[in-house]
Amino acid sequence: MSAARDVTDHNFATEVLASEKPIMVDFWAEWCGPCRAVSPILDQIASEHADKIDVVKLNVDDNPETAMKYQVTSIPTMKIFRGGEVVKTVIGAKPKPALEADLAEFLS
Amino acid sequence: MRELVIIGSGPAGYTAAIYAARANLAPLVIASSVEFGGDLMNTTDVDNFPGFPEGVMGPELMMQMQKQAERFGAEIVYDDVASVSLDGPTKSLTLGNGENVEARSVIVATGSAYRKLGLADEDRLSGYGVSWCATCDGAFYRNKVVAVVGGGDSAMEEATFLTRFADKVYIIHRSENIRASAVMKERAEQDPKIEFILNATVAHVYGDDLVSGVGLVDTITGDERTLDVSGLFIAIGSDPRTHVVHGQLELTSEGTIKVDGRSSRTNLEGVFAAGDVIDPSYRQAVTAAGSGCVAALDAQHYLESLPQE
Repeated sequence: MSAARDVTDHNFATEVLASEKPIMVDFWAEWCGPCRAVSPILDQIASEHADKIDVVKLNVDDNPETAMKYQVTSIPTMKIFRGGEVVKTVIGAKPKPALEADLAEFLS
Repeated sequence: MRELVIIGSGPAGYTAAIYAARANLAPLVIASSVEFGGDLMNTTDVDNFPGFPEGVMGPELMMQMQKQAERFGAEIVYDDVASVSLDGPTKSLTLGNGENVEARSVIVATGSAYRKLGLADEDRLSGYGVSWCATCDGAFYRNKVVAVVGGGDSAMEEATFLTRFADKVYIIHRSENIRASAVMKERAEQDPKIEFILNATVAHVYGDDLVSGVGLVDTITGDERTLDVSGLFIAIGSDPRTHVVHGQLELTSEGTIKVDGRSSRTNLEGVFAAGDVIDPSYRQAVTAAGSGCVAALDAQHYLESLPQE
């Protein structure tokens, strides 16, 4: 359903927190309709801005520790990490232009 | 130029697409980029749509409608309508990706959008404990205490769904009069995890980073009290989604698109409206579907009445 690679509770530190590039984590679940809707849009943003930002996804059912740690209570939630810190949170499925506007500082 | 463009992909939009496609109008459905399938995409069991004696999942039902429309030649794009120009014989629509579409006729089936409580902290805590979608967010409230605001079918459904996860679910409603259908209401009343708080309105949402509670006001005595909850699910109805046609189509005092009698005809020739966006009262999947059928037939008659080129 999505081209983004999966990250997990186990590899979150190495894959996300240690990333040099800004990295967007898409917190999602199988049963979440809006997650399925936004997923291809995130794929598009990832491929169009591959030089600036990485996009990965984290299944909240399979990885509850990370979801809880970052206080995710609504999905989809997209969090951008830079240098191991959350620098931006976007909640909810949005059309591509709206997401690009939210993420403008990381895409330009 | 297209014969017909349908804006929206809920039961109204897809039913219109099925009828129009079968009339060889090759309709283009602009389905929305993230809300395609409409409200039913955020529901679980739909037990009142005829033809499904065991019920059907909302997203499954919408996928079936989509397939049925595509089978007869409807084309579907997953984008939003940024702006429209509906006056005159050629209707023009601009999509979110900037593309322009022209058509002889348009069916507006844009549905409705969830209503907000209108509280200062509601937006700030949206996604941090305030939610409009139990099926999306309910699983994060395992073993927690949550509240649902509202007294209609959707409030009962959300509350009942939330009992799968939460230890306790309050239903807060401003009057004693629960509008929900008898079966939904009884299911909620008989659920040991659900407690009704009637004659109460939510006046505050509390919480720094996450919702910690709500402030209630008793509508009879005026007494205030705080209820500790981790989640607040808002199910107080919805408003017709008309922003894209504002200033072009006449609206009713209730905010719905005004149509002529039992037809789907708006104040502009060749522009029709269907589903929740014209319906202040019933707003069911099956009434929306019926309304979509009416719009497709009206559009078909309109197109047949145009002078042939």
